[in-house]
Amino acid sequence: MSGGSVLYDAPGARAKRRNLLYTALFVVVLALAAWWVLAAMADKQQLTAAKWSPFVTDPAVWSTYLLPGLGETLLAAGLSIVVALPVGMLLGLGRLSDHAWVRVPVGTVVELFRAIPVLLMMVFAAQLYAEFSSLSSDIRPLYAVVTGLVLYNASVMAEIVRAGVLSLPRGQTDAAKAIGMRKGQTTLSVLLPQAVTAMLPVLVSQLVVIVKDTALGGAILGLPELLAQNRTITANYGANTIAAFTVIAVLYILVNFSLTSFAGWLERRLRRARRSAGVVLGTEQGEDIGVANPPGAPTDELRDA
Amino acid sequence: MFDFLNSDYDLLGAFWVTVQLTLYSAAGSLVWGTLLAGMRVGPVPLMRGFATAYVNIVRNTPLTVLIVACSLGLNQTLGMALGGKDFKEIGFRLAILGLVAYTGTFVCEALRSGINTVPLGQAEAARALGLGFFQSLVLIVLPQAFRAVVAPLANVLIALTKNTTVAAAISVAEAAALMKEMIENESDALFAVFAVFAFGFVVLTLPVGLLLGWVGRRVAVKR
Repeated sequence: MSGGSVLYDAPGARAKRRNLLYTALFVVVLALAAWWVLAAMADKQQLTAAKWSPFVTDPAVWSTYLLPGLGETLLAAGLSIVVALPVGMLLGLGRLSDHAWVRVPVGTVVELFRAIPVLLMMVFAAQLYAEFSSLSSDIRPLYAVVTGLVLYNASVMAEIVRAGVLSLPRGQTDAAKAIGMRKGQTTLSVLLPQAVTAMLPVLVSQLVVIVKDTALGGAILGLPELLAQNRTITANYGANTIAAFTVIAVLYILVNFSLTSFAGWLERRLRRARRSAGVVLGTEQGEDIGVANPPGAPTDELRDA
Repeated sequence: MFDFLNSDYDLLGAFWVTVQLTLYSAAGSLVWGTLLAGMRVGPVPLMRGFATAYVNIVRNTPLTVLIVACSLGLNQTLGMALGGKDFKEIGFRLAILGLVAYTGTFVCEALRSGINTVPLGQAEAARALGLGFFQSLVLIVLPQAFRAVVAPLANVLIALTKNTTVAAAISVAEAAALMKEMIENESDALFAVFAVFAFGFVVLTLPVGLLLGWVGRRVAVKR
Protein backbone atom coordinates (compact mmCIF):
# COMPACT_ATOMS: atom_id res chain seq x y z
CA MET A 1 0.00 0.00 0.00
CA SER A 2 1.51 3.31 -0.94
CA GLY A 3 0.92 6.81 0.34
CA GLY A 4 -2.30 5.94 2.10
CA SER A 5 -4.56 7.18 -0.67
CA VAL A 6 -6.31 3.80 -0.79
CA LEU A 7 -7.56 4.53 2.68
CA TYR A 8 -10.21 6.85 1.26
CA ASP A 9 -12.11 7.26 -1.99
CA ALA A 10 -11.80 10.22 -4.29
CA PRO A 11 -13.97 12.72 -2.39
CA GLY A 12 -17.51 13.19 -3.61
CA ALA A 13 -19.74 16.13 -2.77
CA ARG A 14 -20.31 15.12 0.86
CA ALA A 15 -16.72 14.10 1.50
CA LYS A 16 -15.54 17.42 0.03
CA ARG A 17 -17.82 19.30 2.40
CA ARG A 18 -16.63 17.19 5.31
CA ASN A 19 -12.98 17.72 4.41
CA LEU A 20 -13.63 21.44 4.21
CA LEU A 21 -15.18 21.34 7.66
CA TYR A 22 -12.17 19.44 9.09
CA THR A 23 -9.82 21.90 7.39
CA ALA A 24 -11.70 24.81 8.93
CA LEU A 25 -11.65 23.20 12.38
CA PHE A 26 -7.95 22.47 12.08
CA VAL A 27 -7.25 26.05 11.00
CA VAL A 28 -9.10 27.26 14.10
CA VAL A 29 -7.06 24.94 16.35
CA LEU A 30 -3.77 26.02 14.75
CA ALA A 31 -4.77 29.69 14.94
CA LEU A 32 -5.69 29.34 18.60
CA ALA A 33 -2.34 27.68 19.35
CA ALA A 34 -0.47 30.36 17.41
CA TRP A 35 -2.43 33.12 19.09
CA TRP A 36 -1.76 31.62 22.52
CA VAL A 37 1.99 31.41 21.86
CA LEU A 38 2.19 34.87 20.32
CA ALA A 39 0.16 36.39 23.16
CA ALA A 40 2.49 34.79 25.69
CA MET A 41 5.49 36.08 23.75
CA ALA A 42 4.05 39.58 23.43
CA ASP A 43 3.25 39.53 27.14
CA LYS A 44 6.93 38.94 27.92
CA GLN A 45 8.15 41.46 25.33
CA GLN A 46 9.62 38.75 23.11
CA LEU A 47 8.01 40.10 19.95
CA THR A 48 9.53 43.59 19.96
CA ALA A 49 11.54 44.51 16.87
CA ALA A 50 14.64 45.16 18.96
CA LYS A 51 14.82 41.48 19.92
CA TRP A 52 14.57 40.16 16.36
CA SER A 53 16.23 42.86 14.25
CA PRO A 54 19.87 42.13 15.23
CA PHE A 55 19.70 38.91 13.23
CA VAL A 56 18.93 40.93 10.10
CA THR A 57 20.62 44.27 10.67
CA ASP A 58 23.69 43.46 12.73
CA PRO A 59 26.28 41.36 10.89
CA ALA A 60 28.23 41.01 14.15
CA VAL A 61 25.65 38.51 15.49
CA TRP A 62 26.52 36.25 12.61
CA SER A 63 30.26 36.85 12.41
CA THR A 64 30.89 36.74 16.18
CA TYR A 65 28.42 34.15 17.43
CA LEU A 66 26.31 32.19 14.99
CA LEU A 67 28.80 31.33 12.25
CA PRO A 68 31.71 30.42 14.57
CA GLY A 69 29.21 28.33 16.54
CA LEU A 70 28.03 26.61 13.39
CA GLY A 71 31.68 26.11 12.40
CA GLU A 72 32.42 24.42 15.73
CA THR A 73 29.37 22.18 15.31
CA LEU A 74 30.45 21.14 11.83
CA LEU A 75 34.06 20.69 12.96
CA ALA A 76 33.06 18.36 15.79
CA ALA A 77 30.70 16.42 13.52
CA GLY A 78 33.27 16.24 10.70
CA LEU A 79 36.09 15.06 12.96
CA SER A 80 33.79 12.45 14.48
CA ILE A 81 32.75 10.92 11.18
CA VAL A 82 36.30 10.99 9.81
CA VAL A 83 37.57 9.01 12.80
CA ALA A 84 34.47 6.86 13.31
CA LEU A 85 34.30 5.65 9.71
CA PRO A 86 37.58 3.68 9.55
CA VAL A 87 37.19 2.43 13.13
CA GLY A 88 33.63 1.36 12.39
CA MET A 89 34.71 -0.37 9.22
CA LEU A 90 37.33 -2.39 11.12
CA LEU A 91 34.79 -3.30 13.79
CA GLY A 92 32.20 -4.24 11.18
CA LEU A 93 34.64 -6.53 9.37
CA GLY A 94 35.73 -7.91 12.73
CA ARG A 95 32.14 -8.90 13.47
CA LEU A 96 32.03 -10.77 10.18
CA SER A 97 35.27 -12.61 10.90
CA ASP A 98 35.42 -16.38 10.63
CA HIS A 99 37.42 -16.55 13.86
CA ALA A 100 35.35 -16.59 17.02
CA TRP A 101 38.15 -14.97 19.03
CA VAL A 102 37.79 -11.86 16.84
CA ARG A 103 34.05 -11.98 16.21
CA VAL A 104 32.86 -12.41 19.80
CA PRO A 105 34.86 -9.64 21.52
CA VAL A 106 34.22 -7.19 18.68
CA GLY A 107 30.53 -8.05 18.80
CA THR A 108 30.44 -7.46 22.55
CA VAL A 109 32.16 -4.08 22.20
CA VAL A 110 29.80 -2.98 19.41
CA GLU A 111 26.65 -4.04 21.27
CA LEU A 112 27.91 -2.45 24.49
CA PHE A 113 28.70 0.95 23.03
CA ARG A 114 25.41 1.00 21.17
CA ALA A 115 23.55 0.45 24.42
CA ILE A 116 25.24 3.29 26.35
CA PRO A 117 23.91 6.84 25.85
CA VAL A 118 26.40 9.00 23.97
CA LEU A 119 26.22 11.65 26.69
CA LEU A 120 27.68 9.27 29.28
CA MET A 121 30.64 8.63 26.98
CA MET A 122 31.17 12.36 26.46
CA VAL A 123 31.11 13.07 30.20
CA PHE A 124 33.44 10.14 30.82
CA ALA A 125 35.86 11.28 28.10
CA ALA A 126 35.85 14.84 29.45
CA GLN A 127 36.87 13.64 32.90
CA LEU A 128 39.36 11.19 31.44
CA TYR A 129 41.12 13.97 29.53
CA ALA A 130 40.98 16.27 32.54
CA GLU A 131 42.74 13.72 34.72
CA PHE A 132 45.12 11.89 32.43
CA SER A 133 46.07 14.34 29.69
CA SER A 134 47.70 17.72 29.38
CA LEU A 135 45.06 19.09 27.01
CA SER A 136 44.23 22.70 27.83
CA SER A 137 40.77 23.24 29.22
CA ASP A 138 39.51 25.18 26.19
CA ILE A 139 40.23 22.38 23.72
CA ARG A 140 39.14 19.59 26.08
CA PRO A 141 35.38 19.84 25.39
CA LEU A 142 35.97 19.33 21.66
CA TYR A 143 38.11 16.26 22.32
CA ALA A 144 35.56 14.90 24.77
CA VAL A 145 32.65 15.42 22.39
CA VAL A 146 34.50 13.88 19.46
CA THR A 147 35.63 10.92 21.59
CA GLY A 148 32.09 10.25 22.78
CA LEU A 149 30.67 10.55 19.28
CA VAL A 150 33.41 8.31 17.83
CA LEU A 151 32.86 5.56 20.41
CA TYR A 152 29.13 5.53 19.76
CA ASN A 153 29.11 6.08 16.02
CA ALA A 154 31.95 3.67 15.27
CA SER A 155 29.79 0.90 16.68
CA VAL A 156 26.78 2.12 14.69
CA MET A 157 28.97 2.23 11.55
CA ALA A 158 30.14 -1.28 12.33
CA GLU A 159 26.54 -2.44 12.15
CA ILE A 160 26.01 -0.49 8.94
CA VAL A 161 29.09 -2.05 7.33
CA ARG A 162 28.00 -5.48 8.47
CA ALA A 163 24.49 -4.96 7.11
CA GLY A 164 26.01 -3.68 3.86
CA VAL A 165 28.24 -6.71 3.40
CA LEU A 166 25.52 -9.18 4.41
CA SER A 167 23.04 -7.55 2.03
CA LEU A 168 25.18 -8.49 -0.99
CA PRO A 169 24.01 -11.54 -2.92
CA ARG A 170 25.80 -14.78 -2.05
CA GLY A 171 26.87 -15.12 -5.66
CA GLN A 172 29.41 -12.34 -5.17
CA THR A 173 31.37 -14.41 -2.64
CA ASP A 174 30.91 -17.57 -4.68
CA ALA A 175 32.19 -15.88 -7.84
CA ALA A 176 35.21 -14.50 -5.99
CA LYS A 177 35.96 -17.98 -4.64
CA ALA A 178 35.52 -19.48 -8.08
CA ILE A 179 38.23 -17.28 -9.57
CA GLY A 180 40.54 -18.27 -6.72
CA MET A 181 40.46 -15.22 -4.45
CA ARG A 182 41.43 -15.65 -0.84
CA LYS A 183 39.16 -14.49 2.02
CA GLY A 184 40.97 -11.19 2.47
CA GLN A 185 40.95 -10.50 -1.25
CA THR A 186 37.25 -11.30 -1.48
CA THR A 187 36.46 -8.88 1.32
CA LEU A 188 38.71 -6.08 0.13
CA SER A 189 38.17 -6.16 -3.62
CA VAL A 190 34.68 -7.59 -3.99
CA LEU A 191 32.51 -7.19 -0.90
CA LEU A 192 33.71 -3.97 0.72
CA PRO A 193 33.56 -1.70 -2.36
CA GLN A 194 29.99 -2.76 -3.06
CA ALA A 195 29.03 -2.55 0.60
CA VAL A 196 30.37 1.00 0.78
CA THR A 197 28.27 2.03 -2.20
CA ALA A 198 25.23 0.33 -0.70
CA MET A 199 25.66 2.09 2.63
CA LEU A 200 26.49 5.60 1.39
CA PRO A 201 22.96 6.97 1.92
CA VAL A 202 22.83 5.53 5.45
CA LEU A 203 26.22 7.07 6.22
CA VAL A 204 24.96 10.50 5.18
CA SER A 205 21.88 10.11 7.38
CA GLN A 206 24.09 9.02 10.25
CA LEU A 207 25.84 12.37 9.82
CA VAL A 208 22.53 14.02 10.76
CA VAL A 209 22.50 12.07 14.03
CA ILE A 210 26.09 13.17 14.68
CA VAL A 211 25.33 16.84 14.00
CA LYS A 212 22.36 16.64 16.35
CA ASP A 213 24.42 14.98 19.08
CA THR A 214 27.09 17.70 19.02
CA ALA A 215 24.49 19.97 20.65
CA LEU A 216 24.93 17.88 23.82
CA GLY A 217 28.51 19.10 24.03
CA GLY A 218 27.28 22.68 23.97
CA ALA A 219 24.63 22.15 26.61
CA ILE A 220 26.62 20.07 29.07
CA LEU A 221 30.37 20.16 28.39
CA GLY A 222 30.81 23.80 27.41
CA LEU A 223 31.75 23.28 23.79
CA PRO A 224 31.23 26.67 22.08
CA GLU A 225 29.04 25.22 19.34
CA LEU A 226 25.83 26.55 17.83
CA LEU A 227 23.43 25.84 20.71
CA ALA A 228 25.85 27.33 23.25
CA GLN A 229 25.74 30.63 21.32
CA ASN A 230 22.21 31.07 22.63
CA ARG A 231 23.65 32.06 26.00
CA THR A 232 26.13 34.60 24.62
CA ILE A 233 23.62 36.11 22.20
CA THR A 234 20.91 36.58 24.81
CA ALA A 235 23.50 38.11 27.13
CA ASN A 236 24.58 40.65 24.52
CA TYR A 237 21.35 41.46 22.68
CA GLY A 238 18.91 41.97 25.54
CA ALA A 239 17.39 38.64 26.56
CA ASN A 240 16.01 37.78 23.13
CA THR A 241 15.75 34.10 24.10
CA ILE A 242 12.94 33.12 21.75
CA ALA A 243 14.43 34.94 18.76
CA ALA A 244 17.88 33.42 19.36
CA PHE A 245 16.45 29.91 19.75
CA THR A 246 14.42 30.32 16.58
CA VAL A 247 17.45 31.36 14.52
CA ILE A 248 19.63 28.61 16.01
CA ALA A 249 16.98 25.96 15.39
CA VAL A 250 16.54 27.15 11.81
CA LEU A 251 20.29 26.82 11.22
CA TYR A 252 20.32 23.26 12.58
CA ILE A 253 17.27 22.38 10.51
CA LEU A 254 18.82 23.82 7.33
CA VAL A 255 22.02 21.79 7.79
CA ASN A 256 20.21 18.58 8.71
CA PHE A 257 17.46 18.92 6.16
CA SER A 258 19.96 19.35 3.34
CA LEU A 259 21.87 16.30 4.59
CA THR A 260 18.62 14.27 4.78
CA SER A 261 17.60 15.36 1.30
CA PHE A 262 21.06 14.57 -0.03
CA ALA A 263 20.85 11.10 1.51
CA GLY A 264 17.45 10.53 -0.08
CA TRP A 265 18.70 11.73 -3.47
CA LEU A 266 21.77 9.50 -3.17
CA GLU A 267 19.61 6.50 -2.31
CA ARG A 268 17.28 7.05 -5.27
CA ARG A 269 20.22 7.58 -7.60
CA LEU A 270 22.04 4.47 -6.44
CA ARG A 271 18.88 2.39 -6.67
CA ARG A 272 18.42 3.57 -10.25
CA ALA A 273 22.05 3.09 -11.26
CA ARG A 274 22.36 -0.59 -10.22
CA ARG A 275 25.93 -0.78 -11.35
CA SER A 276 27.05 -3.14 -8.60
CA ALA A 277 24.94 -5.98 -7.28
CA GLY A 278 22.19 -3.42 -6.98
CA VAL A 279 21.90 -3.39 -3.24
CA VAL A 280 21.19 -0.14 -1.41
CA LEU A 281 20.50 0.20 2.30
CA GLY A 282 17.51 2.44 2.88
CA THR A 283 17.74 5.60 4.96
CA GLU A 284 14.24 5.86 6.33
CA GLN A 285 14.27 5.03 10.01
CA GLY A 286 14.69 6.34 13.49
CA GLU A 287 17.62 7.11 15.66
CA ASP A 288 19.70 3.99 15.30
CA ILE A 289 20.05 4.48 11.60
CA GLY A 290 21.09 1.47 9.59
CA VAL A 291 20.58 -0.87 12.48
CA ALA A 292 17.96 -3.44 11.80
CA ASN A 293 17.61 -4.90 15.25
CA PRO A 294 17.56 -3.60 18.77
CA PRO A 295 20.76 -4.39 20.67
CA GLY A 296 20.66 -7.95 21.88
CA ALA A 297 18.03 -9.14 19.48
CA PRO A 298 19.03 -11.89 17.08
CA THR A 299 20.67 -10.21 14.11
CA ASP A 300 20.11 -12.65 11.29
CA GLU A 301 17.35 -10.75 9.54
CA LEU A 302 18.29 -7.57 7.69
CA ARG A 303 16.71 -4.39 6.58
CA ASP A 304 15.50 -4.13 3.01
CA ALA A 305 18.05 -5.39 0.55
CA MET B 1 37.08 0.68 44.29
CA PHE B 2 33.29 0.55 44.30
CA ASP B 3 32.93 2.05 47.78
CA PHE B 4 31.18 5.11 46.30
CA LEU B 5 28.18 2.83 45.87
CA ASN B 6 27.21 2.82 49.54
CA SER B 7 27.96 6.47 50.11
CA ASP B 8 25.38 9.22 49.88
CA TYR B 9 24.61 9.09 46.16
CA ASP B 10 21.06 8.06 45.32
CA LEU B 11 21.96 5.80 42.43
CA LEU B 12 18.69 3.88 42.32
CA GLY B 13 16.73 7.11 42.71
CA ALA B 14 18.47 8.61 39.67
CA PHE B 15 17.80 5.54 37.55
CA TRP B 16 14.20 5.55 38.76
CA VAL B 17 13.86 9.09 37.38
CA THR B 18 15.31 7.81 34.08
CA VAL B 19 12.75 5.00 34.02
CA GLN B 20 9.90 7.40 34.79
CA LEU B 21 11.04 9.82 32.08
CA THR B 22 11.16 6.89 29.64
CA LEU B 23 7.73 5.51 30.53
CA TYR B 24 5.85 8.83 30.49
CA SER B 25 7.57 9.94 27.29
CA ALA B 26 6.97 6.57 25.65
CA ALA B 27 3.25 6.73 26.40
CA GLY B 28 3.06 10.36 25.25
CA SER B 29 5.00 9.83 22.04
CA LEU B 30 3.00 6.72 21.15
CA VAL B 31 -0.19 8.79 21.28
CA TRP B 32 1.31 11.83 19.56
CA GLY B 33 3.08 9.72 16.93
CA THR B 34 -0.13 7.81 16.13
CA LEU B 35 -2.02 11.10 15.77
CA LEU B 36 0.69 12.45 13.46
CA ALA B 37 0.66 9.26 11.38
CA GLY B 38 -3.13 9.46 11.15
CA MET B 39 -2.91 13.03 9.92
CA ARG B 40 -0.18 12.14 7.43
CA VAL B 41 -2.22 9.44 5.70
CA GLY B 42 -5.56 11.22 6.03
CA PRO B 43 -7.76 12.86 3.41
CA VAL B 44 -7.48 16.45 4.70
CA PRO B 45 -4.66 18.20 2.80
CA LEU B 46 -3.99 20.80 5.51
CA MET B 47 -3.52 18.13 8.21
CA ARG B 48 -1.28 16.14 5.87
CA GLY B 49 0.81 19.24 5.23
CA PHE B 50 1.01 20.11 8.91
CA ALA B 51 2.09 16.61 9.96
CA THR B 52 4.65 16.36 7.16
CA ALA B 53 6.13 19.77 7.99
CA TYR B 54 6.14 19.00 11.72
CA VAL B 55 7.91 15.66 11.26
CA ASN B 56 10.52 17.07 8.90
CA ILE B 57 11.25 20.08 11.10
CA VAL B 58 11.33 18.37 14.49
CA ARG B 59 13.25 15.31 13.29
CA ASN B 60 16.00 17.59 12.02
CA THR B 61 16.23 19.60 15.24
CA PRO B 62 18.60 18.29 17.91
CA LEU B 63 16.72 16.94 20.93
CA THR B 64 19.03 19.01 23.10
CA VAL B 65 17.81 22.19 21.40
CA LEU B 66 14.18 21.17 21.96
CA ILE B 67 14.66 20.39 25.63
CA VAL B 68 16.81 23.43 26.39
CA ALA B 69 14.32 25.60 24.49
CA CYS B 70 11.50 24.13 26.59
CA SER B 71 13.36 25.14 29.72
CA LEU B 72 14.87 28.51 28.77
CA GLY B 73 12.17 29.57 26.32
CA LEU B 74 8.84 28.13 27.46
CA ASN B 75 9.52 28.11 31.17
CA GLN B 76 11.99 30.82 32.06
CA THR B 77 11.03 33.35 29.39
CA LEU B 78 7.33 32.73 28.78
CA GLY B 79 6.61 31.50 32.31
CA MET B 80 4.83 28.26 31.40
CA ALA B 81 5.16 25.74 34.21
CA LEU B 82 2.91 22.91 32.89
CA GLY B 83 1.30 22.70 36.31
CA GLY B 84 4.54 21.78 38.07
CA LYS B 85 4.95 23.22 41.54
CA ASP B 86 8.67 23.28 42.23
CA PHE B 87 11.83 23.49 40.13
CA LYS B 88 12.24 19.72 40.13
CA GLU B 89 8.73 18.95 38.97
CA ILE B 90 8.74 21.64 36.28
CA GLY B 91 12.05 20.41 34.84
CA PHE B 92 10.73 16.85 34.78
CA ARG B 93 7.60 17.85 32.89
CA LEU B 94 9.46 20.09 30.45
CA ALA B 95 11.85 17.24 29.66
CA ILE B 96 8.89 14.94 28.96
CA LEU B 97 7.35 17.59 26.71
CA GLY B 98 10.57 17.86 24.69
CA LEU B 99 11.01 14.08 24.51
CA VAL B 100 7.41 13.52 23.37
CA ALA B 101 7.63 16.25 20.73
CA TYR B 102 10.82 14.67 19.38
CA THR B 103 10.12 10.95 19.74
CA GLY B 104 6.59 11.32 18.32
CA THR B 105 8.11 11.99 14.90
CA PHE B 106 10.01 8.70 14.97
CA VAL B 107 6.92 6.81 16.09
CA CYS B 108 5.00 8.47 13.25
CA GLU B 109 7.58 7.42 10.66
CA ALA B 110 7.74 3.86 12.00
CA LEU B 111 3.94 3.59 11.91
CA ARG B 112 3.77 5.01 8.43
CA SER B 113 6.13 2.35 7.15
CA GLY B 114 3.99 -0.18 9.02
CA ILE B 115 0.88 1.11 7.26
CA ASN B 116 2.73 0.56 3.98
CA THR B 117 3.15 -3.13 4.80
CA VAL B 118 -0.63 -3.67 5.06
CA PRO B 119 -1.79 -5.14 1.73
CA LEU B 120 -3.90 -2.93 -0.50
CA GLY B 121 -6.75 -5.42 -0.42
CA GLN B 122 -7.32 -4.83 3.30
CA ALA B 123 -8.12 -1.14 2.85
CA GLU B 124 -10.06 -1.83 -0.34
CA ALA B 125 -12.15 -4.47 1.42
CA ALA B 126 -12.79 -2.04 4.26
CA ARG B 127 -13.98 0.58 1.81
CA ALA B 128 -16.09 -1.95 -0.03
CA LEU B 129 -17.86 -2.68 3.27
CA GLY B 130 -18.67 1.00 3.49
CA LEU B 131 -16.21 1.94 6.21
CA GLY B 132 -15.07 5.54 6.12
CA PHE B 133 -11.47 6.70 6.38
CA PHE B 134 -11.42 6.87 10.16
CA GLN B 135 -13.07 3.46 10.58
CA SER B 136 -10.84 1.67 8.10
CA LEU B 137 -7.75 3.28 9.65
CA VAL B 138 -8.62 2.48 13.26
CA LEU B 139 -10.36 -0.88 12.80
CA ILE B 140 -8.52 -2.44 9.87
CA VAL B 141 -5.20 -0.84 8.99
CA LEU B 142 -3.65 0.40 12.24
CA PRO B 143 -4.05 -2.88 14.18
CA GLN B 144 -2.15 -4.69 11.43
CA ALA B 145 0.36 -1.87 11.08
CA PHE B 146 1.14 -1.92 14.82
CA ARG B 147 1.80 -5.65 14.71
CA ALA B 148 4.28 -5.12 11.89
CA VAL B 149 6.26 -2.37 13.62
CA VAL B 150 6.86 -3.80 17.09
CA ALA B 151 10.59 -4.23 16.38
CA PRO B 152 11.08 -0.71 14.91
CA LEU B 153 9.09 0.72 17.83
CA ALA B 154 11.34 -1.23 20.21
CA ASN B 155 14.28 0.53 18.57
CA VAL B 156 12.56 3.86 19.12
CA LEU B 157 11.94 2.94 22.78
CA ILE B 158 15.60 2.02 23.27
CA ALA B 159 16.71 5.27 21.63
CA LEU B 160 14.24 7.10 23.88
CA THR B 161 15.69 5.46 26.99
CA LYS B 162 19.12 6.68 25.98
CA ASN B 163 17.76 10.09 24.99
CA THR B 164 16.36 10.72 28.48
CA THR B 165 19.95 11.52 29.47
CA VAL B 166 19.57 14.76 27.52
CA ALA B 167 17.31 15.95 30.35
CA ALA B 168 20.55 16.44 32.29
CA ALA B 169 20.96 19.58 30.16
CA ILE B 170 18.12 21.20 32.12
CA SER B 171 19.25 19.72 35.46
CA VAL B 172 16.70 16.96 35.82
CA ALA B 173 18.20 14.66 38.44
CA GLU B 174 18.36 11.53 36.27
CA ALA B 175 21.18 9.07 35.72
CA ALA B 176 23.43 11.17 33.44
CA ALA B 177 23.24 14.18 35.76
CA LEU B 178 24.20 12.02 38.73
CA MET B 179 27.01 10.43 36.77
CA LYS B 180 28.44 13.86 35.90
CA GLU B 181 28.32 14.85 39.56
CA MET B 182 29.85 11.58 40.75
CA ILE B 183 32.56 11.45 38.12
CA GLU B 184 33.73 14.89 39.17
CA ASN B 185 33.62 14.18 42.91
CA GLU B 186 35.00 10.64 42.82
CA SER B 187 37.69 11.27 40.26
CA ASP B 188 39.81 8.39 41.54
CA ALA B 189 37.01 5.94 40.70
CA LEU B 190 36.45 7.33 37.22
CA PHE B 191 36.30 3.98 35.43
CA ALA B 192 34.21 2.32 38.11
CA VAL B 193 31.61 5.11 38.02
CA PHE B 194 31.38 4.91 34.22
CA ALA B 195 31.11 1.13 34.38
CA VAL B 196 28.26 1.29 36.91
CA PHE B 197 26.23 3.74 34.83
CA ALA B 198 26.98 1.97 31.57
CA PHE B 199 25.83 -1.27 33.20
CA GLY B 200 22.66 0.47 34.37
CA PHE B 201 21.76 1.46 30.83
CA VAL B 202 22.60 -1.96 29.42
CA VAL B 203 20.26 -3.44 32.03
CA LEU B 204 17.53 -0.98 31.00
CA THR B 205 17.85 -1.41 27.24
CA LEU B 206 18.90 -5.01 26.67
CA PRO B 207 15.76 -6.74 28.06
CA VAL B 208 13.55 -4.31 26.12
CA GLY B 209 15.26 -5.26 22.87
CA LEU B 210 15.10 -8.98 23.61
CA LEU B 211 11.54 -8.96 24.91
CA LEU B 212 10.04 -6.77 22.20
CA GLY B 213 12.04 -8.58 19.52
CA TRP B 214 10.39 -11.80 20.68
CA VAL B 215 6.95 -10.16 20.93
CA GLY B 216 7.43 -8.65 17.48
CA ARG B 217 8.12 -12.04 15.92
CA ARG B 218 5.14 -13.57 17.70
CA VAL B 219 2.55 -10.96 16.75
CA ALA B 220 3.77 -10.20 13.21
CA VAL B 221 1.09 -10.96 10.64
CA LYS B 222 2.35 -13.88 8.59
CA ARG B 223 1.92 -13.03 4.94
